Amino acid sequence: MPRFLSLAEAVEDCVRDGDTVAMEGFTHLIPYAAGHEVIRQQRRRLTLIKMTPDLLYDQLIGMGCAEKLVFSWGGNPGVGSLHRLRDAVENGWPHPLAIEEHSHAAMANAYEAGAAGLPCAIFRGYLGVDLPKVNPRIKHITCPFTGERLAAVPAHRPDVAIVHALKADRAGNVLLEGIVGVQKEVVLASKRSIVTVEEIVDEFGPRSFNAVILPAWTVGAIVKVPGGAYPSYAQGYYKRDNAFYISWDKIARERETFLAWMKANVLEQGPDVFARHVRRARAA
Amino acid sequence: MADYKPNEMMTIAAARALRNNDVCFVGIGMPSAASNLARLTHAPDITLIYESGTIATKPDVLPLSIGDGELCETALTTTTVVEMFRYWLQGGRMTVGFLGGAQIDRFANLNTTVVGDYDKPKVRLPGGGGAPEIASACGEIFIIMSQSPRAFANKLDFVTSMGHGEGGDHRARLGLKTKGPTKLITDLCVFEPDPVSKEMTVSSIHPGVMEEEIKAQTGWPVRFAATLTETPKPTADELTVLRDLHARTARAHGTA
Repeated sequence: MPRFLSLAEAVEDCVRDGDTVAMEGFTHLIPYAAGHEVIRQQRRRLTLIKMTPDLLYDQLIGMGCAEKLVFSWGGNPGVGSLHRLRDAVENGWPHPLAIEEHSHAAMANAYEAGAAGLPCAIFRGYLGVDLPKVNPRIKHITCPFTGERLAAVPAHRPDVAIVHALKADRAGNVLLEGIVGVQKEVVLASKRSIVTVEEIVDEFGPRSFNAVILPAWTVGAIVKVPGGAYPSYAQGYYKRDNAFYISWDKIARERETFLAWMKANVLEQGPDVFARHVRRARAA
Repeated sequence: MADYKPNEMMTIAAARALRNNDVCFVGIGMPSAASNLARLTHAPDITLIYESGTIATKPDVLPLSIGDGELCETALTTTTVVEMFRYWLQGGRMTVGFLGGAQIDRFANLNTTVVGDYDKPKVRLPGGGGAPEIASACGEIFIIMSQSPRAFANKLDFVTSMGHGEGGDHRARLGLKTKGPTKLITDLCVFEPDPVSKEMTVSSIHPGVMEEEIKAQTGWPVRFAATLTETPKPTADELTVLRDLHARTARAHGTA
């Protein structure tokens, strides 16, 4: 049975300095509200894992929370660079950032291996490319049956998974629909987990027999944060704010404008701001 | 229909490469525009798949990201990202993968990782995402990129995804049974690999483009096929559908 906590309590309790943290969401359901709480609580020396770091990790990196990034595609989708990630890698600002870089296939396989309790993931990949030359954690094994040479990467076993989902019921079961990404895998692969949700309901009601459900006993903490994935989205609740993703390019390009934005919109705000963001975006 | 932009010619030429029975793994940006243009014109039954797990998606507007809700809402079904990469891509279900890139070399290897040294990069690019395995697992690869001497580089600083490697039978030597890049569509022309050397060779030139211009915008000594064709001009229908698609997209993303 998960604990129903406030966002501040959940982050205080689950995320520690030096932890390996995966805040997943493949474009959909990115846990912005929870990530912002991590920034407000000034967690440090985190190893951040995410297939697509997105604006949320740009913000965490620019605010000095991370010492290492494990990722496979670090851009602002359809827009361009993540300027804070680039500043950290190219110039060491606000401090140097170590990177462990993979392909999407490797990252997805590594989460699945973590959920499956395996030490590593095996797949057909990295053929003829340079990443294995710069990432010593990409190795190869030979299939004992066919002799085929296959790629192997270590399983992801984060200390903490943080995801946003659509609903929880009062028993603490969690429902995900739409682009479900690697959400189930990352929660099952992690030692601890925080799930923020749009709403908490008495019963899920009619649903597909094959809906993605995280049973209550697999989830650590649940926090209700309406709008908690904004400017990412929650299928059926609100759309991705693509105009904000485009405007982030200008905000994040310079350190000063970035810091001013973070102060006004994250440090001086609380989780309630997310419901307001969504109302405003709906009205626009 | 005389009046069109080089970018429109590029997208339209790229769309024409796709067939109605293709199962296409679609990259974001220009590949997505070309793939949806194909679906809205000559290839209505094409299966478009995005790495966010959406299978047979039919978006009304182009997605800004690879996982916009529009893709899921208009898809036949949506899988997990793990399943997408393991079963559908690695399992060999894609007839074609459609990619773009920051830099390309004469063997259609792509760099989207770094300019300069990996550990001390001059420019840190987003990275490979799905591309390394898309490039190896899809039946063949189409690439769409605007030409410039920097983008069409004599030597890549980093090979993010493999095209024809060092050329010749390099792919086969790695055990790859897929064809690799078979078409490279630019704003000036279309390249196809030489049957033996696998060097990307100009096979078709867009109307009004001079060979000298292609040479000037290519960072290696570019080769032309013995029999060159001229790319057919965009039709009125192709241009109308493409422009409507871009206009709907701009309105939807708040950039109109």
